[in-house]
Amino acid sequence: MTIVDLKRLKPYGDIMGDGTIQICFTLPVEASPEAREAAVQLVEKMGLDHIKVATMESVSRGFSMFVIYANVKVPVDFTKIEVVKVEAQKRARDELDEVIRAHIGRKLVVLGACTGYDAHTVGIDAIMNMKGFAGDYGLERYHWLDARNLGAQVLNEDLIKLAISEKADAILVSKVVTQHNIHIRDLKDLIARAKKAGLTDRLIFVAGGPRVTHPLALECGFDAGFGVGTKPSDVASYIVEEFLRRRERFEGIPNPLKPPHAPIPATPKKSVKKGASKKKKRPASRLVVKFRAKKKASTKKKAKK
Amino acid sequence: MAHLKLDPKKIARCRELAEEISRPIEDLIHRHTTVAIERTTLRLIGVNGAVKRNGQWYPEANAIIDDLHTNLSPEEKTSPLLSRGVLYYFVNGMIQKKMTAAELGAAVAERKVNLRKLPFSADGEIEKRARELCAKGRDWIVSSRSTRDEIRKETNDTFDPEGKGGPCLYVIVATGNIYDDVIQARAAAQAGADAIAVIRSTAQSLIDYVPHGATTEGFGGTYATQENFRIMREALDEESRKLGRYIRLTNYCSGLCMPEIAALGAVERLDFLLNDAMYGILFRDINMKRTLIDQHFSRRIIALSKIVIHTGEDNYLTTADAVENGHQVLASQFINERFALNAKMTQDQMGLGHAQEMDPEHPNVFLLEIARAQMTRDIFPKSPIKFMPPTRHKCGDIFYSHLMDAMFNFVGVLTGQTIQLLGMMTEAMHTPLLQDRWIAIKNAKYIFNGAKDLRNEITFKPSGMIEKWAEKVLDETLAHLEMIHQKGLVTAISERAFAEVKRTETGGKGLDGVILRGPNYLNPFFELL
Repeated sequence: MTIVDLKRLKPYGDIMGDGTIQICFTLPVEASPEAREAAVQLVEKMGLDHIKVATMESVSRGFSMFVIYANVKVPVDFTKIEVVKVEAQKRARDELDEVIRAHIGRKLVVLGACTGYDAHTVGIDAIMNMKGFAGDYGLERYHWLDARNLGAQVLNEDLIKLAISEKADAILVSKVVTQHNIHIRDLKDLIARAKKAGLTDRLIFVAGGPRVTHPLALECGFDAGFGVGTKPSDVASYIVEEFLRRRERFEGIPNPLKPPHAPIPATPKKSVKKGASKKKKRPASRLVVKFRAKKKASTKKKAKK
Repeated sequence: MAHLKLDPKKIARCRELAEEISRPIEDLIHRHTTVAIERTTLRLIGVNGAVKRNGQWYPEANAIIDDLHTNLSPEEKTSPLLSRGVLYYFVNGMIQKKMTAAELGAAVAERKVNLRKLPFSADGEIEKRARELCAKGRDWIVSSRSTRDEIRKETNDTFDPEGKGGPCLYVIVATGNIYDDVIQARAAAQAGADAIAVIRSTAQSLIDYVPHGATTEGFGGTYATQENFRIMREALDEESRKLGRYIRLTNYCSGLCMPEIAALGAVERLDFLLNDAMYGILFRDINMKRTLIDQHFSRRIIALSKIVIHTGEDNYLTTADAVENGHQVLASQFINERFALNAKMTQDQMGLGHAQEMDPEHPNVFLLEIARAQMTRDIFPKSPIKFMPPTRHKCGDIFYSHLMDAMFNFVGVLTGQTIQLLGMMTEAMHTPLLQDRWIAIKNAKYIFNGAKDLRNEITFKPSGMIEKWAEKVLDETLAHLEMIHQKGLVTAISERAFAEVKRTETGGKGLDGVILRGPNYLNPFFELL
């Protein structure tokens, strides 16, 4: 088999469809023939075959680490995959500045912060500061963005106050520390406060961080989420487009950036009928529920086997 | 051994400038005390208990200082009670109530005794008693130091500040639960680690008291408490004896409780403390005065206990570009060195920090990194310099990340770094798993062994790329220090002299805890330490 079967997609090692994967884990038992057998059985129970234990390392007293190669038996249907994505076409800084100048005519106010007790500013700095990240200049360098990096440990209540007093158009929140899901609690708390203040219609909320994904951000009530490797221009592209989309929705001013082709509907086809296309701005929670339900179903199936 | 040819006159001038920069700050230090210094004083004379307040343990030392420093009358505000020093009130209380420090500490915290409302003994009597108590506090630090020396001797400690035997393998644990930390630390020691750092819970540096007791819940790390220090040191003592190799323990001495952590670290026999004269100002937005005054007292304790500090210049390279900002690191190292000397510390206690954080795709990046690392070694030959791994340019590609750490280890052994904080391939993903640490240690052992004596076999090409880069960084450092000297440290920091961070003299947390010392200020520790 040399042609990729998209309906039955499997990992690829060197023969199409071989399903080869690598796994690494530690067992809290001494390295021993029994430990090795336990590792093999675990991998079998994961639904894999052709199991090869590449190494069993005695990591310390009472702990053994394994590197294992094995083959996946079950495929996925790639043609049926749906992903919730940030809706924005990537544009360069000059182009975005020009769009704001020509179509908005004032600087968009963007506030960035690490909230709560999070003191890790690497992410927000990379997006906001002049210097930027990987050769992509930060939002501070955009002529038509009034970008302000508020730094670390900004309290949610202070951020909301500032958003109001500074008439912010977008809020960027970076979360790095994730132990006990503190990032999720903090993000949800910000949105709850924003809702109370009546800010969620026009103010754009963007979350970022190494463990932040777009679906997670949506689940927390944010409008978009960006993960590792995001460049400042990715975020700027989204903010500008989203600003124009909302202006169209609330003020009827046509969006000059309307994509040449309609975006792929992110909602399942069944529900498209009842919701007008304009309404799909906040399908977040519904979408994520669906996304999770799928996951649950699949683990159940496995467990039954 | 390969060395860079750097102009010794320029290096001497840098040190001269650092000394001049520190002078007005020294004046500030000697005119003030802080609530943290006063709490530390109480702890060292034996007030180490805690009371339950709102369901949480609150240190007696804090309760006592709160009583003397909050709800002040208008007259008291212009001349705060603490301008005499807490010892004046507390030792008087001990005399009046005929109680030990521990007894009185508990009584005041439980609001059974009000130190303000007692009759006062003669100044001379209070002073004499205070001096005796502080001398005992000093003995506590010295005897803890001796115990540590004995265990090191017993377990064949080979640590060399100059790094001649190759870098010391330093790893972190960060589960949030001290008992899980112990499991991870023991495993790391068995795998070959020489030093364990227990990462603190996020933002502990901003809490104005030291949490009490053993803790099992933290965010991004484990709370630094006296009991947690004790639990981990006990486990590492046992592990050191089993392995016949002394395992060092590290914690974080920054933030609003800097001097207290130094005291607790000293009596619980910690080996390393992360302690930087300016880190709190720049990265935790703690008030400048508070940090500068606190760092001095913390370092006086550290000087006596012979703990090795690690400074935090590596952080500059995560917020500012690492290729362009080498001079800020070096300038800060000179300033940190000077503040440490001013606190009576010796060169062999100064683990000046730096990092390998340049963009991995920068042309000839290793030549520049070697230049940076080697110049740190050559400019601070007696200091146990600390080399920090790549973090900024790491991403989820753990295989590439592992390779970055290998090159970092190579630069470390080639340039004779003393303490090497091992990079984790899962950096930027999660706090290290047991297996991540094992893989990192295996990587370091392989490279440190394989290239052990390489630096004795090579020389740097005179006026080659490496030497020229080092020269450039030194020149920029000199210019940077001249600028800081001209403006003064406070103004320079407010104009982003370091890490592109701007802080002002009256901004940041903890300024209300800074107190002008009165003419009768009493604290014998300033002479005894």
